[in-house]
Amino acid sequence: MIKPALTIAVIALVTIGLRFLPFLIFGENRKTPPVIAYLGQVLPYAIMGMLVVYCLKDVRLTAAPFGIPQAIGCAVVALLHIWKRNTLLSIGGGTLCYMLLVQFVFV
Amino acid sequence: MKQSVLKTAFLDTIPVMTGYLFLGFGFGIALQQAGFGWLWAAAMSLFIYAGSMQYVAIGLLSSGAGLLTAAVTTFLVNARHLFYGISMVDTYKGAGKKKPYLIFALTDETYSLVSRLPQGTNRMQYCFWVSLLDQIYWVGGSLLGSWAGAVLPLNFTGIDFVLTALFLTIFLEQWLSAADHRPAIVGVAVTTGCLVLFGADLFLIPSMAIITAILALSPKTSKEAQHD
Repeated sequence: MIKPALTIAVIALVTIGLRFLPFLIFGENRKTPPVIAYLGQVLPYAIMGMLVVYCLKDVRLTAAPFGIPQAIGCAVVALLHIWKRNTLLSIGGGTLCYMLLVQFVFV
Repeated sequence: MKQSVLKTAFLDTIPVMTGYLFLGFGFGIALQQAGFGWLWAAAMSLFIYAGSMQYVAIGLLSSGAGLLTAAVTTFLVNARHLFYGISMVDTYKGAGKKKPYLIFALTDETYSLVSRLPQGTNRMQYCFWVSLLDQIYWVGGSLLGSWAGAVLPLNFTGIDFVLTALFLTIFLEQWLSAADHRPAIVGVAVTTGCLVLFGADLFLIPSMAIITAILALSPKTSKEAQHD
């Protein structure tokens, strides 16, 4: 139980460091460099795409069930979201659908 | 006076409350499924307090990942907080004793509320209540989920998909509201390419480095495109 506790401590410290760093660097009236300001605008879009791929990294397309449950789950999330644009509905509907698929269809 | 600021803050945070109770609940269940009970859930939601990273952390904990991997992954997943911070530097000037907590508790959702507020006398009080209420929802949701995962006789297999669904929903929301889709395409394309090239254990760091390099080297073209 020491390893998990240390892991959590490391994650907490890095997160806290990231949150405090800008306030330490740009604490006075220093102007933000344009490249940093630009990255601040566009990086969130790219990172979210990266995280979607990260979540699907263990999907095996060459062995059963060939990523079909994940593909259906993602399709349900996308269709619900384009239809209603309600974040909780998209997440809840997609997750429920995926859980039903892996528990009852692709067992 | 303080009560009315609290009331305004509470009403504004109701959407975050539903989201955090729901996502915190999912986190608590998933963590419980991975073999870590309510004390772990409480510690993570109190001290890390970063939703997506806590989901990613479940994988790190259950796979026994090394501390360096944990640190690098946290840096990559939470690097966006640098940019939230940069845009709040001026706002949080003069926040006094509350400032450390305001900075610590600056999550995506809290940022979305405190970054759009007009100037006012009780602004700091408002930001403080929003930050505190949001964390209470998050910790509460985590504990409820942890309890449900241990007690309810339900099969939660597949609950980990809530993370995929969360990121995909945010990705779609950004896509639908953005004029320039290139950053999103760069993110997906580079990461997919790196996954194929480097494999599932090593692809995150090269992905992030290449994405940052591509985006940093192309600001002028994007800005011109937006103006044209």
